Amino acid sequence: MAKTHLTFSLNGRQRDDVVPDNMLLVDFLRETAGLTGTKIGCDGGECGACTVLVDGSPRHSCLTLAVTMQNRDVETVESLAENGRLSAIQRAFHEQLGAQCGFCTPGMIMAAEGLLRENPSPSADDIRQGMASNICRCTGYVKIIAAVQTAAAELGK
Amino acid sequence: MEYLPTLHVHRPATAEEAVAVRANHASARYLAGGTDMVVNIRRGIEQPEHLIDLSDIEELGGIQASANGLRIGAGSTLKDLADDRDIRRVYAAVSEAAESVAGPTHQSYGTVGGNLCLDTRCLYYNQSEWWRDSNDFCLKLKGNVCHVAPGGSFCFAAFSGDLAPALMVCDAEAELLGPDGRRRTPLADLYRDDGMDHLTLKAGELLVAVHLPPPDGDGGSGYAKSRVRSAIDFPLAGVAVRLGLSSGKARTLAVALTAVAPRPHLVEGSEELKGRHVDDAWLDDLRDLVRAQASPMRTTTTKPWYRRRVAGALAAKVARRIAEG
Ligand SMILES: Cc1cc2nc3c(=O)[nH]c(=O)nc-3n(C[C@H](O)[C@H](O)[C@H](O)COP(=O)(O)OP(=O)(O)OC[C@H]3O[C@@H](n4cnc5c(N)ncnc54)[C@H](O)[C@@H]3O)c2cc1C
Ligand code: SF4
Ligand code: FES
Ligand code: FES
Repeated sequence: MAKTHLTFSLNGRQRDDVVPDNMLLVDFLRETAGLTGTKIGCDGGECGACTVLVDGSPRHSCLTLAVTMQNRDVETVESLAENGRLSAIQRAFHEQLGAQCGFCTPGMIMAAEGLLRENPSPSADDIRQGMASNICRCTGYVKIIAAVQTAAAELGK
Repeated sequence: MEYLPTLHVHRPATAEEAVAVRANHASARYLAGGTDMVVNIRRGIEQPEHLIDLSDIEELGGIQASANGLRIGAGSTLKDLADDRDIRRVYAAVSEAAESVAGPTHQSYGTVGGNLCLDTRCLYYNQSEWWRDSNDFCLKLKGNVCHVAPGGSFCFAAFSGDLAPALMVCDAEAELLGPDGRRRTPLADLYRDDGMDHLTLKAGELLVAVHLPPPDGDGGSGYAKSRVRSAIDFPLAGVAVRLGLSSGKARTLAVALTAVAPRPHLVEGSEELKGRHVDDAWLDDLRDLVRAQASPMRTTTTKPWYRRRVAGALAAKVARRIAEG
């Protein structure tokens, strides 16, 4: 079994691990790092539940080999809350009922985080387009769009 | 934990090194964004023992404009293309095609090289191992029969990348690096009409960049695709059109199709449409010309007749949009 010495930044902290070359990033996050916020919802690339930010851009951790993250910067949903206080996007998803079963929510929130960093005041269409890689089986999306709009307004204050 | 075969990941720093690793390991495959390769590994379609991660190779990055046109590194992401002002202005078909690939997350790390070297697709092939096993596999991999055309020995799996037709109507050339050095070839020649072996890349060759010549004169280009969902879906048919106009007449015309054959290809016979006024009758003739050359097979759940008809309609729609400025 080939392994690689992997060093990268995970949620702002430097990681230093020996990782099998065939390990997916999502499995590294959930099983090695114990960060189970990131979800697996499909057999690869279809649903967006596993979305994380790599160097600030959204990426499917289920299609990414962990060892290809060498020297890169990975952020998961666990990075957002500060001292136990939810971030604006997390709060907005909670308050606007943007989550029902919640399974798509971590991926939705990371996609929204990526979108708002690039476009702090998106229109409803920008949000629909910017989050089109993420599927939700519960909400019908209306509340999710409202949540991102609420978060954008909150962050813009 | 997800089961993946044992593999060695190599991370070369230069294109030459990548080609050398490939030459040393027969089962090695290139890995760019991984949005197709990793899916295929997880489904048992690809079982490489070695993967060559291209993401550290500087030469593969970047989009540079010069007097000779544009050089697009094969490692540029689809988002890089969609966001590039020059491309948006001068090669609209290319940015429209990039924006129509899968969804925004895929575009943010899926690359040009991966899109152009995408495997062909088929209802009976892009499935899990157990699905294919329960169907006795198929000719393209591990099986003896083609479920699309039983009795034949040909694979009709459709090339379904969106960028290729858009780059082809803009006269793109591919820059390739192999064990024997560098070569350049018209992008259209990168493909052959065989679902089992659709790339003409020689063993171990790496796509380094795509070159676009400066555009000639007025007119413009565009791309449109038909798909089941308006996001995250491969094309059922995709059409790129480049149309140059002078006083309302078609001066130059190039049309290319994707997802309706094992290779993306330029539509032939468009000369007859040149010199004529771009009016409703012209658009109908363009539509019919495209329909006659779109030859989808039963490789998607959507019927071939629909994909053929929609290909023609998309060509007319894009041409009308260009003509109306
Ligand atoms: C849910 C989903 C929907 C999708 N929808 C679409 C769609 O609508 N349209 C579309 O076009 N694609 C679609 N894709 C496929 C894919 O996301 C894109 O085509 C993407 O551009 C592939 O690029 P990549 O860098 O991820 O390729 P990879 O997966 O890394 O590679 C793909 C193939 O190209 C080879 N390769 C990569 N780079 C090079 C190179 N420089 N030289 C030689 N060979 C190379 C690899 O060995 C591999 O065989 C979809 C994928 C998913 C998961
Ligand atoms: S066209 Fe036939 S051989 Fe090719 S992938 Fe489909 S079923 Fe298999
Ligand atoms: S688990 Fe990654 S896209 Fe569905
Ligand atoms: S809240 Fe259940 S899938 Fe989105």
